[in-house]
Amino acid sequence: MILLKAEQLTKRFGGLTAVNKLDFELEEGSIASVIGPNGAGKTTFFNCLAGFFHADEGTITFDGLQIHRQRPDEVARHGISRTYQNIRLFASMTALENILVGQHNHLRATWLGAIIRTPSQRREEKAAHEEAQRLLEFVGLKGRGDSLAVKLPYGDQRRLEIARALASKPRLLLLDEPTAGMNPSETLRMTDFFRKLRGDLGITILLIEHEMRVVMGISEKITVLDYGQKIAEGTPREIQQDPRVIEAYLGRDGSAEAAPSAASEGGGLAVGT
Amino acid sequence: MSTTAQAATGRGPMTAGSWRARTLLRAGVLGGAVAVYLCLVGIVPVFADRPLVVGVVELGQAALLIAFGVVGYAAARDLVATGRLRAIVAGAAAGAIGGAYLTALVLAGSVIDLRAVFLNASPELYDLLSAGMGTDGAWFPILVGAITGGLAGVLIGMPIALRSPLLWGLGSLVFFGLFAGLLRTPMLVTPLAGLARFLFAADGLTVPGASIVAIGSVAVAGAVRMTRPRQRVDALPNAQRRLVVGPLAILLVVGVLAFPLMLGPFFAQVIAFVALFILLGLGLNITLGLAGLLDLGFVAFYAVGAYTVALLTSTAEYGIAGMSFWQAVPFAVIVAMLFGAFLGLPILGIRGDYLAIATLGFGEIIRILAGSDLLIDFLGGPRGILNVPKPIEVPPTHWLAGPVQIYYIALAFAAVVAFVAWRLRGSRLGRSWMAIREDEDVAQAIGVNLVQTKLLAYMLGGGFAGLAGAISVALIGSVFPTSIQLQLSINVVAIVIVGGMGSIPGVVVGALVLIGLPELFREFSDYRLLFYGIALMGVMVYRPEGLLPSKIARRELHTAEELVAMPDADLITDEEIKEASTP
Repeated sequence: MILLKAEQLTKRFGGLTAVNKLDFELEEGSIASVIGPNGAGKTTFFNCLAGFFHADEGTITFDGLQIHRQRPDEVARHGISRTYQNIRLFASMTALENILVGQHNHLRATWLGAIIRTPSQRREEKAAHEEAQRLLEFVGLKGRGDSLAVKLPYGDQRRLEIARALASKPRLLLLDEPTAGMNPSETLRMTDFFRKLRGDLGITILLIEHEMRVVMGISEKITVLDYGQKIAEGTPREIQQDPRVIEAYLGRDGSAEAAPSAASEGGGLAVGT
Repeated sequence: MSTTAQAATGRGPMTAGSWRARTLLRAGVLGGAVAVYLCLVGIVPVFADRPLVVGVVELGQAALLIAFGVVGYAAARDLVATGRLRAIVAGAAAGAIGGAYLTALVLAGSVIDLRAVFLNASPELYDLLSAGMGTDGAWFPILVGAITGGLAGVLIGMPIALRSPLLWGLGSLVFFGLFAGLLRTPMLVTPLAGLARFLFAADGLTVPGASIVAIGSVAVAGAVRMTRPRQRVDALPNAQRRLVVGPLAILLVVGVLAFPLMLGPFFAQVIAFVALFILLGLGLNITLGLAGLLDLGFVAFYAVGAYTVALLTSTAEYGIAGMSFWQAVPFAVIVAMLFGAFLGLPILGIRGDYLAIATLGFGEIIRILAGSDLLIDFLGGPRGILNVPKPIEVPPTHWLAGPVQIYYIALAFAAVVAFVAWRLRGSRLGRSWMAIREDEDVAQAIGVNLVQTKLLAYMLGGGFAGLAGAISVALIGSVFPTSIQLQLSINVVAIVIVGGMGSIPGVVVGALVLIGLPELFREFSDYRLLFYGIALMGVMVYRPEGLLPSKIARRELHTAEELVAMPDADLITDEEIKEASTP
């Protein structure tokens, strides 16, 4: 079943077309990636999906619902949850509180109920705390619930951000460069963790990622953007052999200036073949 | 003086000596400037007749002595590790430098007429500074400065077990010296009248009183230091701890309830004011402390609550319903909440500094509307609304008459509101507020409805302020456009920030310190804003998290110790890497 579908999606900033007539489909229960050179429009695409930006043209359909005109909180309610390229936790709240906020849509408490603290309210709070503890354990942060988010080490902050995203019980998880700044062993653990998420919880995952090792190892489908347009789509193997992708990363002539940066990305491309 | 300064700096190793000389010099120069300032703005001469301890020290002198003491303390602090004697010499030197400023002032005053500019540079001031010897006694402040600074140096060289009780003793002397008159008056009508006359003069402590206060507080502080009752209680198992804490809490509640009966209507009025500001502070604590929405027009809600009650209850002109206070209060709260929503709507999308300015505008709009010709037929314009009945009508001799009943009403409402604020804080709504404060966009992406959540913050905060306004009308008995002042909004912001953002006990402490103390010290009213400013700056520089911060703010701002204590969680064992790399 197609969970998410974008048709002719276009987003312009003044004269710049960040996303240009993009058609995109995502199968429920799959892991897919969006890659592309810097400035290709990947994060803009994500922001359109999450309701941060409203597309100028085109539609986004999530589970049969049109969501491209909705606010972020409405989009979240349908079951789309995201993380951010530069970690954005609620810094001076505790890890546990961060996850509790993540559960926002699944709690019913009203402000009057909170003051009176009705039995149902109390049950709900207790269940929410237990769920938050469970999620902490799930992402490997057991016992760190009372630490301020800002005090956690970098890798733990990434994990906490994912736990917060999971707390809303999403059907689709948008991960914006989730392994940025991680060392190779942390990255490996993270990719295993994503597989576990899909396997155990059945969550559909869409990644933006620069680390080719991650992208090629985990994705079932890869979409390549360049200058806001989709230039290729397919399995990791197909993408690695696509001449347009290589051109986008290496430059048209494979010129000398482009070579050093291409070496790292291109080298990454070769991994897994 | 110069020889002592050389002695202090010359003995240290050459490298360290130069910067220590600089700290010393800086402390002396700053202290001297403060001392001259205290003299010229009038604090020293005006309070030269206000005894702290009768016949021994006056308040004006005490201010200078404290300044020199702080100077000596600051100069000696860095040197105490290298030797006690050196610390004493440094303190004395810095104090002497500070004193030299006053010497210069006396000498300058004998040549030029400073009075043309500084009204307080009177012959009496020079007499005071030179111990009545005129220019011949100009050296006197240097001597006093050196001695005081030196004593501070002695103090700093003492072990903390001795130093801390002594500082407490000095502190209590100043405290009781200031409060003596206020404490004495109500005691005179009780069986304790004899004791009151023995301890306190009309102003300040008597000599035996001072000795008893000083010795007593040193003994108590010393005993507390040695026995550490707090830690002992904390270490007790829960059941036993309740046995200790429970009666103390009951004692506190009884004390608070009996307060106006023991100390009389003046105190009751002061505390009623404090309770009003606690209500306002708790309201703003929701909008500013939890939701992070800086509201500089908070007085608007207060005004709405006040005018609503006045309109509904007044028996004079403009009264429309003739309700009792109790019937009118719910309306006041509801109308204030509606205003919160109404004012909140147009500013939902505004953040930070812009929000502060927009809300500032609201406060002004309400003030101008209340006094305008437009609404003069309804609100009375500048004439205001008079004859607002008391909540409980009793004959004037009844114990509940006057401010005493307002004290109890304000206290009861403050308790209810604090409870509500506490419940909200730990709820889904409270967490949403904090999430908005931390990162509005992310909160929205998680599913927090910004419109609803922000409006609730404005509404509930406004409701609390409306309640405060309602009570204030009952206290004063009338309301005028002039009671709606920007200063009130600013006071409430200051209470929340000084107390500690987001902290409920912080609001109580903030209101006591910023509203209660200035009300008590009416005699200092000329210098009220000066002390207010100093207190605000002091708190922000030395305790940016507030006087009684929430647990989290404390953790956030005091990181150094914590980081050392935290185990390095980022280390990954070899096993983990192996495990992770096997597919």
